[in-house]
Amino acid sequence: MNNPQTVDFIRWIVVLPLLGAAFNFLLGATLQKKLGRFAVSITGCGVVIASFALAVAAFLRMLELVPSQRFLLDDLWRWFDIGGLRLDIAFWLDPLSIVMTLIVTGVGGLIHLYSTGYMHEDPSYWRFFAWLNLFTFAMLTLVLADNLWLMFVGWEGVGLCSFALIGFWYTDQVNTSAGNKAFIFNRVGDWAFVVALYSLFSGLSKVGHPTLIIREIARYAPLLGTQHAYAGISVATFVTLLLFLGATGKSAQIPLFAWLPDAMAGPTPVSALIHAATMVTAGVYMIARLNFLFSMAPLTMLVVATIGAVTALFAATIGITQNDIKRVLAYSTISQLGYMFVGVGVGAYTAGVFHLMTHAFFKACLFLGSGSVIHALGGEQDMRRMGGLWHKLPVTFWTFLVATLAICGIPPFAGFMSKDEIIWSAFDTGHPWIWSLLWIAAGLTAFYMFRQVYMTFFGEFRGTDEQAHHLHEAPPSMSAVLVVLGLLSFAGGAVMLPRFIATFSPFEVFLAPVFDSPQTLAVTAQTHHQGLEGYFAALSLLLVAAGWLLADLTYRRKILSADRMSRFLAGVPYTLSFHKYYVDELYDYAVVRPYMMATRAAGWFDLHIIDGLVNLAAATTVLGSWLSGLFDNYVVDGLVNLAADATLAAGGRLRRLQTGSINGYLYGLLAAVMVILLVRAVLHT
Amino acid sequence: MAGLTLNHFLVLGLILFLLGGYCVLARRNAIGILLGIELILNAANINYVAFSFYGGQAAKYDGQVFAIFVIMLAAAEAVIGLAIVLAIYQNLRTIDVSATESLSG
Repeated sequence: MNNPQTVDFIRWIVVLPLLGAAFNFLLGATLQKKLGRFAVSITGCGVVIASFALAVAAFLRMLELVPSQRFLLDDLWRWFDIGGLRLDIAFWLDPLSIVMTLIVTGVGGLIHLYSTGYMHEDPSYWRFFAWLNLFTFAMLTLVLADNLWLMFVGWEGVGLCSFALIGFWYTDQVNTSAGNKAFIFNRVGDWAFVVALYSLFSGLSKVGHPTLIIREIARYAPLLGTQHAYAGISVATFVTLLLFLGATGKSAQIPLFAWLPDAMAGPTPVSALIHAATMVTAGVYMIARLNFLFSMAPLTMLVVATIGAVTALFAATIGITQNDIKRVLAYSTISQLGYMFVGVGVGAYTAGVFHLMTHAFFKACLFLGSGSVIHALGGEQDMRRMGGLWHKLPVTFWTFLVATLAICGIPPFAGFMSKDEIIWSAFDTGHPWIWSLLWIAAGLTAFYMFRQVYMTFFGEFRGTDEQAHHLHEAPPSMSAVLVVLGLLSFAGGAVMLPRFIATFSPFEVFLAPVFDSPQTLAVTAQTHHQGLEGYFAALSLLLVAAGWLLADLTYRRKILSADRMSRFLAGVPYTLSFHKYYVDELYDYAVVRPYMMATRAAGWFDLHIIDGLVNLAAATTVLGSWLSGLFDNYVVDGLVNLAADATLAAGGRLRRLQTGSINGYLYGLLAAVMVILLVRAVLHT
Repeated sequence: MAGLTLNHFLVLGLILFLLGGYCVLARRNAIGILLGIELILNAANINYVAFSFYGGQAAKYDGQVFAIFVIMLAAAEAVIGLAIVLAIYQNLRTIDVSATESLSG
């Protein structure tokens, strides 16, 4: 790990999407007009696919190395060198970042391809691809950065692209304010992230290693030891808590989750790429990346796991009552992210990253499937006006079903492998109550997912006749992507089988070098209940089956009435869930309204006090000027006029002497000479 | 030269001065006035030179130097005076000084 092999092609994985974005931003509009959408698609998809190819090449290169040496570094240039902090623009491939890179470019590339079909009618086709490329660039920067500042650049970049793509159809006020909401929520997390970096740098400086390069932090983090930041909280705990707050913003966990459901205002491929498969998992990735630091802070780990578990359950209970097809998936995403946080929070880093990967497959598949449904129905998103679509949209239906089975954790689908690993780890590491939250959430997941499947694809079609007439399967560009993602949702879990089935887990072996610092090993070694895994998997499956059955009885067979159930059986909880626990209203009352009131008060203060003072100053000046004017007019000008008048009067008298007659003057002269002579004569005698 | 004394020169100067003064006062023709001024100046010159000649050793050449200065001054004055006369003529088509009473205040 000390001497990473230096290579120079990793930069292209990152830079290619940037070039694609620049190309489409600068030339896309013209190309689309002159040559058609094809030219935009070629560059837009091409760069991401090329990136994916390079990532695969890097992956193969990495496999040739011995496991403990699987680190590739691509150092571009010295970024800055201030006060002992030397950072490079450098990209850093290790087993964790290559997994993430393959997900981002692979799933991202598929979603780009899908978008060529989904966005085909949009006039701003080029702008969509430009932003999507830019997002890919920012995400890859986040993933591959070798230091935390560069990671932060990507962290901000994905937030920006998320904002721009949520508000992609900016003519609708709802979309732009959803974009704003996402951005502002993320700012809170970003603030925490930056403060964490400062604190970490300060802490490392105190032990003589001022650095923010991730692999150096890994080496020197143990030196932080029990150094205290504030009030008996160790630096490691302080930093990781702040980092986790940053992660809750980016990954939509309590308390900063409320933006994600609204983010569904963006085009569906955006929801799939940014708000399901990649960006929202950045928080999980960051924690896994800094596992050596988090493992040093047991308090943070407990907070991470608790927040994750509570979020998983909380979001799942909201998911069961939503009617918007994308909103259900949004809450499901929040819930699944909660699972991932539990994974990394209880020290099961590999399980967390594993779920991140399988989730990217099945959630992208679900979102793109819902996109296909929305596309077929001409923009309809309310599940109450769907139904019976399975024979009209067979490809969409089957892939959606596969992904649903995956997310519910039905073996042998991918979700079972990863999710069950997390649920089991929670119990295994001695957190039975976290296990119980996740266990209930798993049952709810099955309920709301099958509710969605039944409401969308089964029963009678409840939309308009016109919609029924136009129902059509998605074009090949979309359905082919669905099939690929469906296959991945089915088989993607095979790289890490549960231990009670078989000892086959190349994924875990591959990632092991990332999680091999002594402090991480100390955390991951805390297992208590070997051998019970199979029984717990069965227990989970039992509840999943119950959830499925309940959904089946309610929404397919209609033996149970959903309305009566909600009214009679659980009135208050239903209302709470339907209104998302009034979290938005809570934020509205706690943050938005006080803020608006503060701005109004500040506005009033500005208008009346500040402007009043300014006006007072102005009035004073006017008055002063007026007085000064009076003085000028009457005193100064009076004196001047007096002098002038006196001169004038004197002149008026004297002018009479000026006759103009030269002879007259000469006589005057003579007379004067005579007078002078006379006077002299008199005086001298 | 024995018969000639300072008084002779002073009388000559006086006669010249009175002629010049009369000319200046009586003539209406501007050129005539200038001629009169020349006479007055030369009357003064005669006095200067005479005083210089009879004035003793202490200031032997002072009067002569002054006379040279006055001649030079007279030339300059004639130039300016004639230029003024020309200007008056161009404007008023006459050199009668009574026509210049428009300069009255």
